[in-house]
Amino acid sequence: MHDKTIAQISAGLAAGEFSSEELTRALLERVEQFNPQLNAFITITAGSALAQARAADRRRQQGEAVPLTGIPIAHKDIFCTDGIRTSCGSRMLDRFIAPYNATVVEKLNAAGTVMLGKTNMDEFAMGSSNETSFYGPVRNPWDLDAVPGGSSGGSAAAVAARLTPGATGTDTGGSIRQPAALCGITGLKPTYGRVSRWGMIAYASSLDQGGPMARTAEDCALLLGAMAGFDPRDSTCVDRAVPDYVAALNQPLAGLKIGLPKEYFGEGLDRQVAQAVEAAIAEYRKLGAEPVEISLPNSQLAIPAYYVVAPAECSSNLARFDGVRYGHRCENPKDLLDLYTRSRGEGFGAEVTRRILVGTFALSAGYYDAYYLKAQQIRRLISDDFRRAFEQVDVIMGPTSPTAAFNLGEKADDPITMYLSDIYTIAVNLAGLPGLSLPVGFAGQRPVGLQLIGNYFAEDRLLNVAHRYQQVTDWHERVPAGF
Amino acid sequence: MKWETVIGLEIHAQLATKSKIFSGASTSYGVEPNTQACAIDLGMPGVLPVLNRDVVRMAVMFGLAIGAEIARRSVFARKNYFYPDLPKGYQISQYELPIVQKGQTAIDLEDGSSKVVGITRAHLEEDAGKSLHEDFQGQSGIDLNRAGTPLLEIVSEPDLRSAKEAVAYMKKLHQLVVYLGICDGNMQEGSFRCDANVSVRPKGDPKFGTRAEIKNLNSFRFVERAIEFEIERQIDLIESGGTVVQETRLYDPDKGETRSMRGKEEANDYRYFPDPDLLPLVLDEAFINAARTELPELPDAKKQRFMEQYGLSGYDASVLTVSRDLAGYYEATVAALGGEPKLCANWVMGDFSAFLNKDNRDIADSPVDSVRLAGLLRRIEDRTISGKIAKEVFEAMWAGEGDADAIIEKRSLRQITDTSAIEKVIDDVMAGNPDQLAQYRAGKDKLFGFFVGQVMKLSKGKANPQQVNELLMEKLKG
Repeated sequence: MHDKTIAQISAGLAAGEFSSEELTRALLERVEQFNPQLNAFITITAGSALAQARAADRRRQQGEAVPLTGIPIAHKDIFCTDGIRTSCGSRMLDRFIAPYNATVVEKLNAAGTVMLGKTNMDEFAMGSSNETSFYGPVRNPWDLDAVPGGSSGGSAAAVAARLTPGATGTDTGGSIRQPAALCGITGLKPTYGRVSRWGMIAYASSLDQGGPMARTAEDCALLLGAMAGFDPRDSTCVDRAVPDYVAALNQPLAGLKIGLPKEYFGEGLDRQVAQAVEAAIAEYRKLGAEPVEISLPNSQLAIPAYYVVAPAECSSNLARFDGVRYGHRCENPKDLLDLYTRSRGEGFGAEVTRRILVGTFALSAGYYDAYYLKAQQIRRLISDDFRRAFEQVDVIMGPTSPTAAFNLGEKADDPITMYLSDIYTIAVNLAGLPGLSLPVGFAGQRPVGLQLIGNYFAEDRLLNVAHRYQQVTDWHERVPAGF
Repeated sequence: MKWETVIGLEIHAQLATKSKIFSGASTSYGVEPNTQACAIDLGMPGVLPVLNRDVVRMAVMFGLAIGAEIARRSVFARKNYFYPDLPKGYQISQYELPIVQKGQTAIDLEDGSSKVVGITRAHLEEDAGKSLHEDFQGQSGIDLNRAGTPLLEIVSEPDLRSAKEAVAYMKKLHQLVVYLGICDGNMQEGSFRCDANVSVRPKGDPKFGTRAEIKNLNSFRFVERAIEFEIERQIDLIESGGTVVQETRLYDPDKGETRSMRGKEEANDYRYFPDPDLLPLVLDEAFINAARTELPELPDAKKQRFMEQYGLSGYDASVLTVSRDLAGYYEATVAALGGEPKLCANWVMGDFSAFLNKDNRDIADSPVDSVRLAGLLRRIEDRTISGKIAKEVFEAMWAGEGDADAIIEKRSLRQITDTSAIEKVIDDVMAGNPDQLAQYRAGKDKLFGFFVGQVMKLSKGKANPQQVNELLMEKLKG
């Protein structure tokens, strides 16, 4: 039962083969069994999960079920959940019980999904390996010595290990796609503005976007259909109809123009990753698609621009964690400055502190023009690169990450090397485009992900392109040994 | 040396919306601490601001009223600093691209001339909460009810040259925002307050001196006193060989002095940047035109019209147009009476305003409405009562004794215009004061007033004064 996809579970529930309660119990047992090894969950909500499952079963009996009713999922611990701890992977919010639901949670609740728990993540979504979490690192089910990627590493590992058929993630510079690639699952970062950010704890507001993580593109389509849509509580959310992503999955790919940016296949790309990606492109050729080389000339500027914009916004977004109203507060502050410095010093980990400091510097008087303004100009150049590319091609393809999963601790003390693992994903956030990662092979025993980049609001096309591939390959069906 | 003062004001007008600028929480004043602060106002994790449309409409109305440029695209920025009553650690405020740009207004000076004051900009921002330093045993309490209240910050050019000009300008803007209905103007509750930038320079010097900023002045009197103190302080300082330092100062109304709050070197670097949670505010012509149609007749136009239409002096027109309510009351009185605009002006500016002040009432709940006042003035006009008796009738009307006619009847206040009756009184007075009569007839003309007084007294004020004058003149001659 635990090895089924969301689509299969949905069919099984509809056919009465099992109940949501039975399924939820089975998955909770697996979480209980495997979480000590993986550390994928920060909080397990067994009690409320079973209550939600029973409610979903009743709803089904009353004939009011929709495709996601009774489907167990997990939420990244960055989404506020009413009455349930929402830690954001930080000591700062270790005891924070959110008093409201994020829109994403609210929408998935309304569809009848069952929340198994809250997944581990890099602290405040800042990290590419899940090692910055206050709750300790998550391990990659394919190799327990390897990182799962980050920041949505808990969600990716839980899906890969069949602890949950789907999970939510957020992606600011690759935080859905890179862990999806490293754990061998499918993950989609939607167009900026497609999914509401209300109740999603902000890291870098102009880049953050929530999205689905699951084993297949079809499952991502089902989840995204429920997550997307206009929300008047988020001014950056776009008022645009949500298409039927599932209905669009089977369009043929004949004549599909695939752009292969030459900048994504150069220096720094692991040979085995390159081979797996090239094999996938060959498969697409068989499906009737036409790959062409393109150029995204400003690609090398993405990482420096990102590491100005994201820390700048984070330095401001995280100012609210001051120990005054909620969150960690130091013992016996002797005055206001002491309250601030000790509460924040104790509450935030090293990577978060580093980014706050970098961002504060970048916004300071005298540096703003040279850093923040310049970075915004680069964003425009990068967007223009993509705009020109999409005049020629329908989708862009390349590796999601330059290497497969690296070992725990391998890059933890070297932020620059760590930052480079997002070299192919970050430009997509800077441009606000949708991106998807799907499994296309292995480098040794560790999975390799292929990234698809689409034009604005072309999530349906990306899911379609990924789905057709998954119809003729079985990488997404591989199960890590021991799970 | 002759010194010249240079002043610029930053006025904060709280916009009269029902809900806050970025949340749905109420803005009403004076409720229990922290009962009007929702998750957004508290800066909880994951919350987002959504701009209140009404705030934009009000800012545009203000911009149109001062003949300013309305920015078709303006941007909200974050002003970053840590303070316990600033929940998010930043204030959302317009910085580089404000909604209202380059306007002006004219103020009347004491010598009767008028002066144009430039308005650099007006921008939208959110207010912070309040820190309460009493009643918490050495700790501070935080009340976030005010956090997120919409403010329009109106920044003048450094065009003002004295404390009196600064006050005139502040009064002018106060009148304007209240006219526009975009601010309740309540200064005690902090709905209208200002920061004053003050510097001095040798007269004729084109360069500005170093300025001090006096924060948070919430009455016209404090503005005048604080600026006057500050001018004197700066001149004394320079004349005794010192230099003015750029700093923020606070006015202490009890001691009547300004004190240094923080110097330039302690000034925050606010690290402004565009708020990524809010898209740029883009206004189309339709929105601006809709705001334009909502503009009422503005104070200057109304004053001009009062002078032309009612033949009033500039002074009377100014006083009567000080508020929309007073102007409306005046016009309703003239309309009910069917003319006599000067008589109406005298009464509205005189007894009516005095009684309102005395009882601290608004026009809306005045016990004497414009129709009743007109009813009283009609009896002056047709000589049923004298102006003096009218004051007594007005007081009775104010006390709720009915309309003018009923009071005149009840109290028998009708003026005596019957010549024989008045002559009878005059005869009695002459008979009762033979000495004065003899002196008068011997040439002591100024005793005439004495006889008028006696006749009025004996008639209980009811004798028609003009007739009394004429008849006395005749009779005293003998």
